[in-house]
Amino acid sequence: MAWTRDEMAARGARELRDGFYVNLGIGIPTLVANYIPDGMQVTLQSENGMLGMGPFPYEGEEDADLINAGKQTITELPSSSYFSSADSFAMIRGGHIALSILGGMQVSAVGDLANWMVPGKVVKGMGGAMDLVAGVKRVVVVMDHVEKSGAPKLLKECTLPLTGARVVDLLITDLGVFETNRGRSPLKLLEIAAGVTLDEIRAKTEASFEVA
Amino acid sequence: MTSKQCNDAAEALDGVLFDGMTIMAGGFGLCGIPENLIAAIREHGVKDLTVISNNCGIDGFGLGVLLENRQIRKMISSYVGENKLFEQLYLSGELELEFNPQGTLAERIRAGGAGIPAFYTKTGVGTLVAEGKEVRDFDGDLYVMERGLTADLSIVKAYAGDAEGNLVYRKTARNFNPMMATAGKTTLAEVEKIVAIGSLDKDNIHTPGIFVDRLFKGAVFQKRIERVTTRPREAGANV
Repeated sequence: MAWTRDEMAARGARELRDGFYVNLGIGIPTLVANYIPDGMQVTLQSENGMLGMGPFPYEGEEDADLINAGKQTITELPSSSYFSSADSFAMIRGGHIALSILGGMQVSAVGDLANWMVPGKVVKGMGGAMDLVAGVKRVVVVMDHVEKSGAPKLLKECTLPLTGARVVDLLITDLGVFETNRGRSPLKLLEIAAGVTLDEIRAKTEASFEVA
Repeated sequence: MTSKQCNDAAEALDGVLFDGMTIMAGGFGLCGIPENLIAAIREHGVKDLTVISNNCGIDGFGLGVLLENRQIRKMISSYVGENKLFEQLYLSGELELEFNPQGTLAERIRAGGAGIPAFYTKTGVGTLVAEGKEVRDFDGDLYVMERGLTADLSIVKAYAGDAEGNLVYRKTARNFNPMMATAGKTTLAEVEKIVAIGSLDKDNIHTPGIFVDRLFKGAVFQKRIERVTTRPREAGANV
């Protein structure tokens, strides 16, 4: 059985370390916050201008002035701080964020990432994704291994416009975990989801890879 | 000196608007948007606008109302995914669009307001964003040159302000507003409350009054929320 969304998020949470400042993208990456181990201090950054994101508010306690980058209502913590978008991206671009976990449409064997645009289809924009992959120390992508059509998403080269070239350190899919290492070493399969076979992964992956 | 304080959005906008102008509008999503000024710009009808804003509101609210009224010719944004009409106008060629990475957009505005014509960033190197721009090696890494951005008019929203134009923002409603306040040839601020001069904590003023030309207390703040998200109350928890 392939990993569920929550299992992928839980695997993503294993990349967290005590004291990390972390930015989580929209979708499965947001779920990673549910798996921060007890006793570990992780500070979540929201690129619209907040450090120390708290949980979602109780019904009736929503504050229109307090949202995350996905435009959801959130709450603050005693340690939280607010700042401008320029300061926020100074943190991101300046290498002050330890880890970014974000979603992907395609990842290449050398760690290129495409996750913002499908030419000819709806174009929504890259938001903060290009800044995050360019500036954060470690970049982890969480995505399904193949498209709904069954087409592979881990490719020799991305066919979609890039979000960043040679930016991905680690890829977590529903079938396993790959070290992409920003193209500094050959693509390597590190872990296989329980019940998934190496043959299945090979059949569903266009890029060639080593097996750890 | 004439007072910066105006009675309403229309008075603040008096003599400022012209067709073909560039307007920066603060906010992230619908959070911290100058909704009173946007409504007054719609009322005025000024057209062929280039609007610089991280997003373009939603259908029927925020900058979306200027789209509906066909007042915007071009948007410079990082993300416009919340707006059906936007997509329609863009695909039909009625609306021009320039995507900037969010951090690059924020820094372009900060730079523009600070008199910096260009800067280099790693963001976008090797992507469509870098096409046609200078790429330069600094210490072994590649960076793309991005230009500072200014506007004929900046419209910002703050929580509190005084007659001097000093502004304080609230929580994540700050976002792009402080940089935009610095980058407009004219900057107008709408605030939820006007406070007496001297009552803001001078060590905690986010936008010093020098950047603000006119301000007023907004008549209405709908402060709509795009995605209300809550968690259940724990059983037996004290509320």
